[in-house]
Amino acid sequence: MAVAVIAMAVQRNLFGVVVLFSIYSFLMATVLVALDAVDVAMTEAAVGAGVSTVLLLGALYLTGGTESKPMQRPLLPLALSIAVGAVLAYGMQGLPAFSDPQAPIHSHVAPRYLEQGPKETGVPNVVTAVLASYRGYDTLGETAVVFTAGVGVIALLRRRTRKGK
Amino acid sequence: MKSDIILRVIAKLLMPFMLIFALYVQFHGDFGPGGGFQAGVIAAGAVVFYAIIFGLTEGQRLVPEWIVEKMLAAGVLLYAGVGLAGIALGGNYLDYFVLDADSVRGQLRGIFWVEAGVALTVSGVMIKLFYLFAGRGRDAGDS
Repeated sequence: MAVAVIAMAVQRNLFGVVVLFSIYSFLMATVLVALDAVDVAMTEAAVGAGVSTVLLLGALYLTGGTESKPMQRPLLPLALSIAVGAVLAYGMQGLPAFSDPQAPIHSHVAPRYLEQGPKETGVPNVVTAVLASYRGYDTLGETAVVFTAGVGVIALLRRRTRKGK
Repeated sequence: MKSDIILRVIAKLLMPFMLIFALYVQFHGDFGPGGGFQAGVIAAGAVVFYAIIFGLTEGQRLVPEWIVEKMLAAGVLLYAGVGLAGIALGGNYLDYFVLDADSVRGQLRGIFWVEAGVALTVSGVMIKLFYLFAGRGRDAGDS
């Protein structure tokens, strides 16, 4: 994955960048499978590696395939991203260890979902039970977000087309 | 790409399996990994694949644009409608327990329709985005 990321940053040919991005998404999906998050892994493989690659290739077809040279050396963005990365790394020191059963995230509602979820909803897959039932409002909001984003993009691209004509 | 016979044959062969896999992910999401979002994306991926191999016009003949646009709104409305059904049957908004006399069956019913709504909206958005991008490329090529 690190190789893919570095190659993406160095690469000037955007077609190569898109292909590397797709490879990165597939690797990310395998990482998510290894973390036992199969639902997320499926989404990552289908959206990140599949559909978004196609959309990026479509965008490349419209804009042309080579990245232009930067106007000045991007030192300020580099410093900023290193600083943000350092802050995040510092913050990670305060997180509980991975899969620590005493972690706050595992000690509030999660045990109740795991114990009562299959009984109350009749759905063995707890992810689906939480997503669609316990967190129904959140998923409704998420669907509304997808809908709004789609409508926004439709509105943007449509108007441009009409102007072009 | 349109004239490549290997791609065309393989695409025709794969299409039913992709769509069935999408349906499997949709309806088996209760038991295994998957659900509305994943199923919607996979179904959209199948349509996008078809449209890439056979051309945008063929793809739009398979799934017309007006259906895709209706799907966008229908999914959200279906989801919100499940919530309203909960109110109509005497519960809270998005309360699935009242959807059936047996509360577990009510939950299953609610989750089923909600997932269907998510799948509709997601696949609608994905297909529509692809149509827009591909259509713009065609317009630019014409002019």
